[in-house]
Amino acid sequence: MAGRYKSPLTASDVTPEHAWLNRRQLMAGAAGLGLAGLAGRAGAAPGDLEPNDWEEITSYNNYYEFGTGKEDPARHADQLTIDPWTVRIDGLVDRPGDYAFDDIMSQMTIEERIYRFRCVEAWSMVVPWNGFELADLLDLAGVQPSAKYVAFETVLRPDEMPGTAYKMLDWPYVEGLRLDEAVHPLTIMATGIYGRDIPKQNGAPLRLVVPWKYGFKSIKSVVRITLTDSEPPTAWNKANAREYGFYSNVNPEVSHPRWSQATEREIGGGLFSPRKPTLMFNGYADEVASLYEGMDLAENF
Amino acid sequence: MLVDRINKGARRVPSWLVYLLLALPAPWLFYSGATGGLGVEPIKALEHELGELALQLLIAGLCITPLRRHAGVNLLKFRRAVGLMAFFYVALHLLVWLVLDIQDPARIWADIVKRPYITVGMAGFLLLLPLALTSTNGAIRRLGKRWRQLHRLVYAAALLGGLHFVMLAKGFQIEPLLYLGATVVLVALRLPALQRRVALRS
Repeated sequence: MAGRYKSPLTASDVTPEHAWLNRRQLMAGAAGLGLAGLAGRAGAAPGDLEPNDWEEITSYNNYYEFGTGKEDPARHADQLTIDPWTVRIDGLVDRPGDYAFDDIMSQMTIEERIYRFRCVEAWSMVVPWNGFELADLLDLAGVQPSAKYVAFETVLRPDEMPGTAYKMLDWPYVEGLRLDEAVHPLTIMATGIYGRDIPKQNGAPLRLVVPWKYGFKSIKSVVRITLTDSEPPTAWNKANAREYGFYSNVNPEVSHPRWSQATEREIGGGLFSPRKPTLMFNGYADEVASLYEGMDLAENF
Repeated sequence: MLVDRINKGARRVPSWLVYLLLALPAPWLFYSGATGGLGVEPIKALEHELGELALQLLIAGLCITPLRRHAGVNLLKFRRAVGLMAFFYVALHLLVWLVLDIQDPARIWADIVKRPYITVGMAGFLLLLPLALTSTNGAIRRLGKRWRQLHRLVYAAALLGGLHFVMLAKGFQIEPLLYLGATVVLVALRLPALQRRVALRS
């Protein structure tokens, strides 16, 4: 089932690996050397989507297990052991068990997905993920017909995660999707960024990416996936149900109680970066709006 | 004695030097923000740094009277500088929010009215405004006894500032709670009943 979604952004829209490592410096240098073709993707992307650079994606993260500051994950996540890694898949599946990360990888088709990433805090990025469709992973375990939801759990290792000393969320971090959301072609488990292994501060070795939902739904460093027949609890909803709903679809018309979601600021624009309008379902309405037909999205926020 | 040495040293420090030292972080923060020193999202970082400096100075200002009363350390001559610079950073914090962060004038008013943490922050700023305006020697003379009464507004402003920080954080984070705790303790020290008790003990 891999490859069910083709991003309007293709590999040619991404900076070549040898260029992105030092994109800004290279772009400046390349222009001077008449090698502009090397960086020839500028402006070529439909909708003018340009992936953020490596530094932006890996230095500005929310991963509260490593601290609440945006730089804390990059500072502390190196303590996390990610090898060996197993994902327990259980609940309403035919083949429950512990799936070793390497075994999973050997059976999955890795593809690139360039997605918008919209944080509930009203900032956004564009990330060139590498990963596989969650539906393919669920097929490994065999989803039973009675399953309606998918619950996810992040690893919890207090010795390696200094932020968990303070119980600001009910650790471990948990998230959930409706089954139809989980098997949607846009929903992936990301294992890389820019063709490299995904960094620990971004959720190594594998994390969920649901591009039409606020970023906190895209749970990091997943160790457990459970198929259930009832709506699973989710970490931010448990902490503050008034502010964070189960669905948390990106929606410019439904404000967060404390701030508007109508606009967002793209990371990387500097001190005078303008705000831009937030798109319904983060720009993926054509692909996912039908999942919520007939639902009151203000009520099911 | 340490206290005597501090007091003696303080007498030698001109207050203009305090203004200057406390003003220095502002240009430095703007420069860092413009040159990448504040990370990949400099607007929020700048806003946050300025707000935190304002809170720190408000708290420092609130420490001056108890320090003299309970420890004998006399820094009264710097109180105006600390207070005015606190206001300076609150104003810069507000300005960065208006101009660099929100940008849209229609949304600014909507946020002030609709978002409680912004309402609270804004109320704190408005309470500080008359204090800054009446910080001249002339105003102190003209207002006489009423000047002291008016300037008690700083207690409310500091509490609102601490509350603003707690309310804007996602979840209950430690740092904002520490700031709010500090303002609560310092304002509580001004309550007459508590003052009598502390005085009895010392």
